[in-house]
Amino acid sequence: MTTLTAVGLPPATGRAGFGGALRSEWTKIRSVRSTVWTLLATAIVTIGISTLFAWGSSGHTDIQDVPTFDPVRSAMFGIVFGQLVIVVIGAMTMSSEYATGMIRTSLTSMPRRGVVFGAKLSVFTGVALVTGLFCSFTSFFIGQAFFAKVSVHDFRGPVGAKGPGPAGHPVITIHDLSTTIGAPHVLQAVIGGGLYLAVSGLLAFGLAALLRHTAGAITAAIGVLFVTFIMAQFLPSDWAKHVDKWVPFFAGGQLWGLRKLGDGSIPMLSPWTGFAVFAAYAAAVIVAGAVLFKKRDA
Amino acid sequence: MIEASGLTKRYGERLAVDQLTFAVRPGQVTGFLGPNGAGKSTTMRMILGLDAPTAGSVTIDGKPLAAMAHPMREVGALLDAKAIHGGRSAYNHLLCLAQTNDLPKSRVAEVLELVGLSDVARKRSKGFSLGMGQRLGIAGALLGDPKVLMFDEPVNGLDPEGILWIRNLMKGLASEGRTVFVSSHLMSEMENTADHLIVIGQGRLISDCTVQEFIDRNSALQVRVRTTEPEKLAELVDTAGGRAKPGADGTLLVSGLDLTQVGDLAFDNGVRIHELSPLQASLEQAFMELTKDSVEFHATVPAAQLASADGKVEAGS
Ligand SMILES: Nc1ncnc2c1ncn2[C@@H]1O[C@H](COP(=O)(O)OP(=O)(O)OP(=O)(O)O)[C@@H](O)[C@H]1O
Ligand SMILES: [Mg+2]
Repeated sequence: MTTLTAVGLPPATGRAGFGGALRSEWTKIRSVRSTVWTLLATAIVTIGISTLFAWGSSGHTDIQDVPTFDPVRSAMFGIVFGQLVIVVIGAMTMSSEYATGMIRTSLTSMPRRGVVFGAKLSVFTGVALVTGLFCSFTSFFIGQAFFAKVSVHDFRGPVGAKGPGPAGHPVITIHDLSTTIGAPHVLQAVIGGGLYLAVSGLLAFGLAALLRHTAGAITAAIGVLFVTFIMAQFLPSDWAKHVDKWVPFFAGGQLWGLRKLGDGSIPMLSPWTGFAVFAAYAAAVIVAGAVLFKKRDA
Repeated sequence: MIEASGLTKRYGERLAVDQLTFAVRPGQVTGFLGPNGAGKSTTMRMILGLDAPTAGSVTIDGKPLAAMAHPMREVGALLDAKAIHGGRSAYNHLLCLAQTNDLPKSRVAEVLELVGLSDVARKRSKGFSLGMGQRLGIAGALLGDPKVLMFDEPVNGLDPEGILWIRNLMKGLASEGRTVFVSSHLMSEMENTADHLIVIGQGRLISDCTVQEFIDRNSALQVRVRTTEPEKLAELVDTAGGRAKPGADGTLLVSGLDLTQVGDLAFDNGVRIHELSPLQASLEQAFMELTKDSVEFHATVPAAQLASADGKVEAGS
């Protein structure tokens, strides 16, 4: 029998608390490949689709769309798809503990559940913010490079100074539709893109705490973020006037563009109010998840 | 020391643990025995605060686990070796546990060495064999050098070498003055390991005594009688409050009465006897006898028939 005396163990001091729990959750999140891969996937999807979209816009933008062109939102279009990937990380951070049974080991080593939940939430928030902001800023700058030279197509016929083009052929002019990070409201919108992604992930985290099931939490998150948005398209306009602004995508999406989402005929919330509503949805789910996390049998 | 008092857990309709009151003392291995579904795992989860009791309470050295400054220095537990994230390496798994209690990294390496997993420390635990998984779980339990250790069926599925290793480990831990609480549904396993036994069935306490007391109390359960009139004697035994069932080659196995009582009974009633001998029932049989009324699911073949190689039919039927 090997001797069990613990050589590497100094005498205990203080009380195990939040600091240790944070370090532990950080170890957990960085030490599984699935998180690393999914983070990478979030970046690739968000930045990749943003880039494709910006490239497309720079190659062909109709002249009618120029006055309403939003160089920030158009540069970060990939966020719409990136949110579908970041919810996977948000959900898995919490639900993998239940899927594997690790939760019982975790809560045995740290039975103060509020500490565990808080640490897990904090670490994921940090990771989600860094990922979100990295995606939004990278997308923004790539987009501006494309938008500096946009081929604007004019199909309106023989009005332009250069004379009419051949029948059916547009007059193409190159415009600089880009903006700079220092221009009014731009920085706020780019940061808003990162925040939107992060909060999408947090919503999934909260849903996973409620449902304790990976697929369930991901499905629910996509339902909240995406399906509500699609359903809103089918609302009669007198309903849409009252409902659309509360739809999570519309509420949260106002922040990450210079112009409002929607076609202008339906009232929408202002950027920060909208984002606050969006964040409140996530917060409500997280608070409910935390209460159950503390109360339920593990 | 673990102290449970009136500990009760109800899952919907099902009473999994029913008013358990017991104490698990330091310096010895306490076996926690019960058939499948008796409530052993549920009790252990309540001790760890994973499940909240429906009624009653359980403390460790007078406090709930959550109140401990460094829970891992107080209690180490292995409930289910598979309950870890298989995508994480053994080292990182132990590291993330150690960090919650501010235990140094050096301790992680130390327990890996102790359980013999140093060579695979950087491998993901997904690929571990049953025995390696069990060792990793034990490493986690030992991390905080805890005063109390709990193992839920630790030898399930292990090879003889692994069983021996765990047995010696538990004895070693107890001899260092720690409280060791280990569950099993096999008496034979506990016979060689435990000093004290707590037996439960259907969530209720059936017996709480030392292994020696358990043997003394339960091992001379049966008397074997060879007689020319088994039917008559079986009836007499029945009326005297014992139970008789046919054994091999015409013998009668009597329980509930001791040797003298059976002898006197036969003599008083003029039944001729050719053999009268005490039958040393194994602890396994004693355990089954004790818990037979509280087994959750009976197999279609009665357990008693399987257990006593010579028993064929229930007497009197
Ligand atoms: N989470 C749960 N929900 C509902 N019922 C449960 C739950 N956990 C346990 N039970 C029930 O409680 C009873 C006791 O189960 P428990 O797992 O504690 O028994 P056990 O003694 O550990 O059995 P085994 O030897 O098979 O491991 C069983 O009838 C089981 O079905
Ligand atoms: Mg069990």
